[in-house]
Amino acid sequence: MTDIKRRSLLAGIAALGTGACAKIAGSETGQDLFDTAEDWHRAAQRTLAGRQRLAPEYAPEDRSPTFKGNGSLTVDTPQYRSELANGFANWRLSVSGLVEVPLSLSMEQLRALPQRTQITRHDCVEGWSAIGEWTGPQLSTLLDQAKVQPQANFIVFRCADTLYGRDYYESVDMIDAYHPQTIVAHLMNGKAIPEKNGAPLRMRIERQLGYKHAKYLTGVEAVASLDDIGDGKGGFWEDIGNYQWYAGI
Amino acid sequence: MKRHGILTRIWHWLNAVALIVLFMSGLNISNAHRYLYWGNYGFDPADAWTSVMRFPAWATLPQRYDLAAARDWHSLAAWVFAMALLAMWAGSLANGHFWRDLRTSRREWSPKSIIAEINTHLRGKFTNHDGKYNALQRISYGIVLGIFLPMMIFTGLAISPGFEPAAPWLIEALGGRQSARSLHFIFSWAIFAFFLVHIVMVLVSGPVSQISQMITGGRRKGDQHD
Repeated sequence: MTDIKRRSLLAGIAALGTGACAKIAGSETGQDLFDTAEDWHRAAQRTLAGRQRLAPEYAPEDRSPTFKGNGSLTVDTPQYRSELANGFANWRLSVSGLVEVPLSLSMEQLRALPQRTQITRHDCVEGWSAIGEWTGPQLSTLLDQAKVQPQANFIVFRCADTLYGRDYYESVDMIDAYHPQTIVAHLMNGKAIPEKNGAPLRMRIERQLGYKHAKYLTGVEAVASLDDIGDGKGGFWEDIGNYQWYAGI
Repeated sequence: MKRHGILTRIWHWLNAVALIVLFMSGLNISNAHRYLYWGNYGFDPADAWTSVMRFPAWATLPQRYDLAAARDWHSLAAWVFAMALLAMWAGSLANGHFWRDLRTSRREWSPKSIIAEINTHLRGKFTNHDGKYNALQRISYGIVLGIFLPMMIFTGLAISPGFEPAAPWLIEALGGRQSARSLHFIFSWAIFAFFLVHIVMVLVSGPVSQISQMITGGRRKGDQHD
């Protein structure tokens, strides 16, 4: 993580002045430099904020009057339309992968688990923010019930929506998966989550940017590596647009 | 004219490169959501205190709209900028550069003295009588080094959701996340304004010798004078 290649760094800095930015960015050295900077940010933030420190929570009056929907605003399948029409009575969330007890939970079962309610700020990578109240079981509760195996390094979120013909998915490492504010939300501002905000289930991962907060959640999967999922970069936007996997900055 | 120290020269050029990359990639990032807000939230252009122009491709890094790539450049250059600023400040305090060459006296902040200095500048005379920099230079360098550049780091950290749990007081002190984002933008343009004035001053005061002095250090006092 901290094994910065000094020669790459020096070569990169020297090349900056030549106006060859596009070449640097496209080169392996360039990508190494960007990845190193990203690793440093993650290491610095984890050192300063630890594993458990909470993102700020707000008072009810601090909530934004509405909550912007972005990315997928619906799921364009007949199944989803019929689920939406009958209040998601048959929606299920699977917990699978490297677990000893795979689960398939109904909405009722999720609501019966211990709940966490948090009023938090959502920061989109584009720059805007919205504040909303979210309620649902902590992801750690589900992972503990399913008994995640020790070789799992990441939790992958499976979603019902597609964009540009690809399935939306996201992933976090085990530190963010077990963070107390990482919840599987089924309520927003005390009501069922609106369609544009990810009905009926949406991840909340409050120390990270919005694109980590997967909507239309259908499954949670424990994996050892992200290499064989999608294009191997850990998420939809990471695959399609080369967005940073660690979305803490 | 005294020599520029080696630390000053290395920092000056490293900082220049980092700031150019940060500014141009920042313009690309700005294009992702061209509205600025005060307080903790903001997403509706109707609530914005200002809407920002769309910056043309030639001014942005990379030279097409690419938020992910611009963020890569921004995050990388931010490390260079922040570490260099920290080292420059530690070095300048330790080796006396700050106390000797940059510190201003209260007298120099009086309106009378500032107006007198501006008049001297407008007549194209740059007399650095007592020390390396004149009072206007020390005042403007002090504001840039002590306020503008550090504020870029503080406001930048304050818009990072992963950093916030480490120091939530910082975001509060800046007036909330969207206020910090607005201030980040405002200070970046303040630095750009300084950059323009800085370039003009170099151009009108002997650009070749000024630039070569910032590269080689210039002549020692007592060396033969021009």
